[in-house]
Parts: sequence; C-alpha cells; structure tokens
Amino acid sequence: MASVERKESVGDLKKGKIELTRGAVIRNPGNITDYHTGSWRVFRPVIDQEKCTKCSTCWRVCPDAAIFVDKAGKYMVNYDYCKGCLTCVKECPVKAISKELEQK
Amino acid sequence: MKLVIEASEAVALGAKLSRVKVCPMYPITPSTHIPERISDYIFDGEMDAEMIHVESEHSAASAMIGSILTGSRSFTATSSNGFELMYEILPILSGMRLPAVMAIANRAVAAPINIWNDHSDSMSARDQGWIQLYVESSQECVDTIIQCYKIAEDKKVLLPAMMCLDGFTLTHVFENVDLPAQKKVDSFLPSFKIEDKLDVKNPKTFGPIGFPDSFMELKKQQQDSMLNALEVIEKANKDYAKEFGRSYGDGLVELFEMADAEYAILALGTICGTAKAKARDLRSRGKKVGVIKLRCFRPFPVESLRKAAKSLKGLAVLDRHISLGAEGPVFTEINSTLPKIKVFGYIAGLGGRDVTLDHIEGVFKDLEKGKQSREWLL
Repeated sequence: MASVERKESVGDLKKGKIELTRGAVIRNPGNITDYHTGSWRVFRPVIDQEKCTKCSTCWRVCPDAAIFVDKAGKYMVNYDYCKGCLTCVKECPVKAISKELEQK
Repeated sequence: MKLVIEASEAVALGAKLSRVKVCPMYPITPSTHIPERISDYIFDGEMDAEMIHVESEHSAASAMIGSILTGSRSFTATSSNGFELMYEILPILSGMRLPAVMAIANRAVAAPINIWNDHSDSMSARDQGWIQLYVESSQECVDTIIQCYKIAEDKKVLLPAMMCLDGFTLTHVFENVDLPAQKKVDSFLPSFKIEDKLDVKNPKTFGPIGFPDSFMELKKQQQDSMLNALEVIEKANKDYAKEFGRSYGDGLVELFEMADAEYAILALGTICGTAKAKARDLRSRGKKVGVIKLRCFRPFPVESLRKAAKSLKGLAVLDRHISLGAEGPVFTEINSTLPKIKVFGYIAGLGGRDVTLDHIEGVFKDLEKGKQSREWLL
C-alpha cells in the first residue's frame, strides 16, 4: 500500500453553488434551483434567431422548462437547466434549432 | 469493579456504560448473549434505552439510520449470515456519516452452515466504510466499545465502527474484567450530539442522490475521514489509558516481544493469545520471535506496521478468512505494506478449526528456514 501524501478535508466542501456537507445532508431543502443540471448536457441546442418564427413549439415541448422568451421577444435556452435532451431540435417545424457537442 | 463475566456480557456492559439509547437487535449465534444481556439491563431498569425487536438484521441496521439521526447513540450486534443480511445498509450508514457502533461476534458464513468462528463475515465488509477493530479479551471488549463511540463520533471521523470479537473463543469465554466506573466513562465519553438531525422544526434532506459531479468528492471526504481515524484511534487509546490505566499498543497495533524480534507472526483477535504463548515458549529457548496483533484493520495502519516490522527478517500472516480465488486479505495488504520483508501467508482457523500451539510453532519454523511449507493450517 503506497503511502501517498494526502490532503485532508475535514469539513464540508464547496462545489459551485452547492455545499457538499459530510453525508450529503441538504441543510436548505428546496435548493434544487441551485443545482445546475445543465452540466449533464452532451449536446447543446442552439436557436438560429434568423430562422425562428416564434411559434413557441420548443417552449411547449421542453420537459425542463428551459426555453424562455426574453424581453426582446426572442426564444432563448436557459443553459443552466437544459439537459440537452434535444426534443426542441427534433420538434422545431422550421429546423431553426441545431445541436452542438459540448466540449471541455 | 472486578467481575468474572463472558465477553458477550462485557460487550453489553460496554454499551450500557456508553449510555446507548437505542438498540435495534436481532439475535443470531454466537452474538445472541449480547442482546439478551442488554434486554435484561433495560427490563431491570438499569439501562435507559429502547430495545427495538426488529424482524431482521437488515431492519436492525436500517433502524439505526433513523435512531442516530434523531441524535440517539445506537448499538447493535450480529454475526455471520445475519451480518450479511445487513450488508446493503452498511455503506449507507457510513456514506451518511452516522456513527453507529456494532459488535460482530465473528462466525463463519454459510454454506456449509457453521456456527463457529472465523473472520469471513466482517472481512467481507472491509470496503463498506466502517472502522474495524479486532479484540482479544473480554476486558478489551468493554474498553473498545466505549472507545468505538469516542472514535466514531469524533468530528474528524464521523463514521460507523464495528468491533469484531471471535465467536465462542471469546464471546462465550468467562474472564476477569475490571469494569470502569460509570462516572469516569461519562467524563471520557460525553453525551452524543449530532450536527444534522431529524427535526420537524428545522427540516433537512438526508440521503439524497449524489450525481456524478459530486459523488467522488463525497467519497474522498469519507476516505479522508477514514485516514483521520488513525490518529483519533491512537488518541482514544492514549486518553483511555490516562483515565482507566489500560491501553492496547498504540491503539492500532499491539506488539509482543517485538523490540529485538527477527521473526514474527501477525494475526487478529484471539489467535494472538496462542501466538504469544508460543512466542514466550520459543523465547525461553533463545529464539528471537514476537507477535504483532493487528487491532485496527480499517483504517489500515500502514505507518504503525512499517515501524513494527522495521528490523524483521520474516513475517507470517495468519488469516482467518480467505478471499476465495486469491489469498488471505490481511496477507495481501501486509505484503503491499512491507515490500522489503519476506511475508508468508497462512489460512488458519476457518469455521472454528483450532489454531494450536503446534501450528504456531510450525509457522515459526517456516520463518526460520525461510521457506513456507504449507499455506493451510489444517
């Protein structure tokens, strides 16, 4: 068993906005909005505003309510919560939404 | 107070002295005398605790999740296939960082059905995130149960602990026990306080899902705390000695005649008594031999072992369990801990087979010759 230099983390860790308590206790229940499920995405939907006819199909079919209409009336994707299911890409009647591979 | 009692009763008294509040228990040989004694104490009004008569060991372990989350110090005991039935809940208790304490009266796991001692039950759970201490005497049982709570509840640790005692060869043996005074135990072990508890006025979520983006961090927290436990176990042993006048090596390993030893046997639990008797006999005939008792198997005390084995020419490991298809699990880990020392691994005492003085002498002979004559001490 190799003896490797180890860094101790006795207390809780912070990871992004989420506090990783020991035992994963959630001390502020109802914090799901702090958890950005967008990190699960493999492909991101990208809306071409030129082609978009504002028919609202994507807004209606999105299972995560991650499509919103901004102040200018444009249909946008909330990438904090879009899991990349690509239902919008499939359903867009004018093919205004394309998919792009998420890369790190 | 000096008593002559069974180790099972010593375990029960250890739980009573630790002011355990909840005991979800399901009897199984050879651990049965432990819940029997505890229910006596509760019925007689000597122990202020709740005994939950659960329908299985799975429920016993599950009930401890709830009882500890209410802030109640909790205890259970089991053996063999009963312990195996708890298996699903073991990593949940450790992953939720709940300082449960459990006594395992070590017994072979069926089939074939066998009620006698070996370490196949607890050894098979070595990766479940529990601290594992193996004891040798009734006295060590009382002392170690109390220490287990001290260690498990330490803020640097917060992990469950199991104390493993050999079925029958220890559980059913009567020995002298110097019972610590309740007042002194109370000052050594303050009442249990849990940081995050079940409370309707301040609701929290326990046991949530851990997504791939945080699971590894949470496991690393567990590993860091497990490694912190090494020094906490040493400190508990030292502080206990100050208060009660007894210690067990450095708390992790206990050495017998190791100062100038050339050859040594390493074992866990009651085999060490036999090994010490033979080592003493061989010493009287001029052989430089010693015994290393591995008291703490999880976390694995790498540094203490390296220090203990520093000047050895040869070491033999007696495993009371075999990882079928590989070798004895203690042997595997000792071998990788001590790469410069010749280590022989033996499988001994499975399913209650006696480990005799002749076996031990044979092992020391192998060490002296530098050649292992057999792997199984049949």
